[in-house]
Amino acid sequence: MGHLSRPSDDGRAGSIPRALRPDASLLRRRALVLALVGAALVLLLAPAGALADFISPESGGSPNADKIDTLYKIVFFIGVAIFLLVEGLLITSIIRFRARRRGPEPVQVHGNTPLEIGWTIGAAVLVLVIAGITFAFLGPIRHAPNTTVSNLSASEGVQFASAPQVSNPTSKKALHINVTGMQYIWRFDYIDAKRLTENRPVYSYFRMVVPTDTTVIAKINAADVIHSWWIPKLGGKADGVPGYNNYTWFKISKPGLYKGQCAELCGEGHADMRAQVLALPPDQYRAWIETQRNELLASQKALAAQRKAGIGQ
Amino acid sequence: MSTSEYVGQRRPVTALPRPEIVLHGVRDRPRGWLEWLTTTDHKKIGILYIYATFIFFLIGGVEALMMRLQLAVPENTLLAPKAYNAVMTMHGTTMVFLFVVPVLAGFGNYLVPLMIGARDMAFPRLNALSFWLLLFGGIVFYVSIFFHPPEAGWTMYTPLSEEAFSATGGVDAWIFLIHLTGLSSLLGAINFVATIHNMRARGMGWARMPLFIWTILIYSYLLILALPAVAAAVTMLLADRHLDTGFFNPANGGDPMLWQHLFWFFGHPEVYIMILPSFGIISEVVPVFARKPIFGYKAIAASTAAIAFLGMLVWAHHMFATPMPAVVLSFFMLSSFAIGVPTGIKIFNWLATMWRGSIVFKTPMYFACGFIAQFVIGGISGVILAVFPVDWQLHDTYFVVAHFHYVLFGGSIFGLFAGLYYWFPKITGRMMSEGLGKASFWLMFIGFNTTFLIQHSLGMSGMPRRIYTYYPNGDWAAWNLVSTIGSFILGIGVLLTVLNVLLSLKNGKRAGNDPWKANTLEWFVPSPPPENNFDVVPRIRSAEPMKDIRRDVAAAGTPAGSVYQPVAPGT
Repeated sequence: MGHLSRPSDDGRAGSIPRALRPDASLLRRRALVLALVGAALVLLLAPAGALADFISPESGGSPNADKIDTLYKIVFFIGVAIFLLVEGLLITSIIRFRARRRGPEPVQVHGNTPLEIGWTIGAAVLVLVIAGITFAFLGPIRHAPNTTVSNLSASEGVQFASAPQVSNPTSKKALHINVTGMQYIWRFDYIDAKRLTENRPVYSYFRMVVPTDTTVIAKINAADVIHSWWIPKLGGKADGVPGYNNYTWFKISKPGLYKGQCAELCGEGHADMRAQVLALPPDQYRAWIETQRNELLASQKALAAQRKAGIGQ
Repeated sequence: MSTSEYVGQRRPVTALPRPEIVLHGVRDRPRGWLEWLTTTDHKKIGILYIYATFIFFLIGGVEALMMRLQLAVPENTLLAPKAYNAVMTMHGTTMVFLFVVPVLAGFGNYLVPLMIGARDMAFPRLNALSFWLLLFGGIVFYVSIFFHPPEAGWTMYTPLSEEAFSATGGVDAWIFLIHLTGLSSLLGAINFVATIHNMRARGMGWARMPLFIWTILIYSYLLILALPAVAAAVTMLLADRHLDTGFFNPANGGDPMLWQHLFWFFGHPEVYIMILPSFGIISEVVPVFARKPIFGYKAIAASTAAIAFLGMLVWAHHMFATPMPAVVLSFFMLSSFAIGVPTGIKIFNWLATMWRGSIVFKTPMYFACGFIAQFVIGGISGVILAVFPVDWQLHDTYFVVAHFHYVLFGGSIFGLFAGLYYWFPKITGRMMSEGLGKASFWLMFIGFNTTFLIQHSLGMSGMPRRIYTYYPNGDWAAWNLVSTIGSFILGIGVLLTVLNVLLSLKNGKRAGNDPWKANTLEWFVPSPPPENNFDVVPRIRSAEPMKDIRRDVAAAGTPAGSVYQPVAPGT
């Protein structure tokens, strides 16, 4: 362009002529845009390991949690595109259209109907696309797969199915566990385990024990105030509302301990109302049910003995 | 005389009935503090609103910093669980009911008559009543800290807020706050509607109303539609607590879900009540500093109405994790998505207004740009949360806390600060310091994003909101510490603006009528405006009356200063 040979118009020798300076600002702008895009790409393409929770919800315990994670990422990427577009336009305007002495007079336009109709339709199409994607994902998130691990599941009696994150929660071939929130602990009733224990109830607090590779349908209730059942790696939360039944499900393939905590303010002990789900291979699960039943029986007997001895009266 | 004789006959001008004003006596106007106590002047009431609400803002900010200090490290013991829940409840209640909603009423009060060329609000005494109801609402709420402050969160979900679980009077204090501030807002809203409908200057048709007036009008309609629902709900809660009724109490056959429906039927429009006037402020500030007319005036006004209409239909997206049929979830997801369209229109209109403008970067424009940059993030995270399966994961986590702070702080409050810096010269006659203002902006911008951006990640990694402490879990400790540091930077930024206000009140440069070369009618009158506002009201020929007047004066060759209404002698 030969700009070095041109006389500079602001009197300083060797400096870039004023007329050519927009090029420099263009370069700066390009560098800025590149840096922004680069940062966004690093964030988006980061390995699923270390940064997974940084940019998307927890997953990895149950198929519904994984599907929610994927759905989140799709909507998030669309959001990032919108974000880059808007912030790009904003930053460009701030840099390029700053008032300058001897700058051009701003054009006094009042609007542009085709353009405005265009971005209205564009925005509408975009949200329709997101809605379509959501409905496509809804099936796999809500449909708990039937499982046939012998001796574990039993068909439940008729229940009032009000509000499910699970389609047809009561007619599923699955392991049903009743979850009850109370200030400030969770209680788990293993209603399907009765056939393993001659119809005697089995229950536990704080830690739920489940078999792996089995669909577990949790019926969520609350005894006093509203609580919310949530184990992030096992899918979404379900509020336990007194007087209502809520349902959620999970199916764990990897044995291990999954942690969560109550997600609805329930009083001063809310932060301490934690919950765990321990996934064991099916045979170990059966063994645990028996141990738990025996322990409950033993403690009931001990309590009866205490009563006879007059302790605690 | 038959009536047919009059057909086509014009009555002589002198025969027009003339209003007669009979003066019954002159009362001395009270002076000093009594003048402020008894005033019915919309400008003084507006200033009272702004001062009172900013004090509540600072109190709410201190509460926020107390929470951030408690959460700075895991298993902290600075605040006991009950104290934390009380501080959290008061923070939310204060910011919503005692700051954002009424401060917008304060700006509205000061500006609406000036912007439409009116002498005062339609009902000046009602206007004073609105302010005093607000102040007493705040006081009855805050005296509860000497007894038992409420601990059930600003949403007061039943049954937690029922007598069995919150036996102390804190919840009752909260109920009275809702009653008093609700009545205050309702009366104020009726006043705005009456004023805007009836008292506009000659020639100011609907399509020439300033966009801030459009948003205040729609804010008022939303308040009128939404407030009765919460007024009824809190009255039922009061009866549940003290008369053993069973509206919401499952122990008496009540339904806890009914509370959530009633509360959010009010609560979601409330969100738009809090953001729409800020949209209006941005729609005033951006064209003035870009030296360009607002791009798509009609689209912005129409999208404000569309947002308000749709905003009445989305309440249950706050309840996606409760037991509700999938078809209901789908409806509320789609209606929430729909709001994204008019909101997107507004953002693109503001960007198009800046595009090819000649942007003058004064402090109000800094805050307006910060508003756009941050509100977009809150809008996008809002669409993400509207996807109800995703909300099952993110609901009631710090992701939601981050989302609504991006909307309410990054959006509403940054918009308000733009308005504060923009109209301070009009209200006080003095300019604010640009240096302090820009320093305040940068500290607030950096502090705000440091505080809240990381909270998205906290929520996604499983941290629920409203917990008074947490065990060390992954990166929670580090991220929470970052958030706490950011909140203090934000706090210093806010204090710089407070300092700027206090210094500029006495030492600011004289502003003159129109320091920004603005477009709307309030800049026609002196700063501060005289008690009667206008000696003469110019005829309105477009949405930018001051631009028309300046152009006419330039064409006539008169000196620039004669554009404006002169300062009355002796002031």
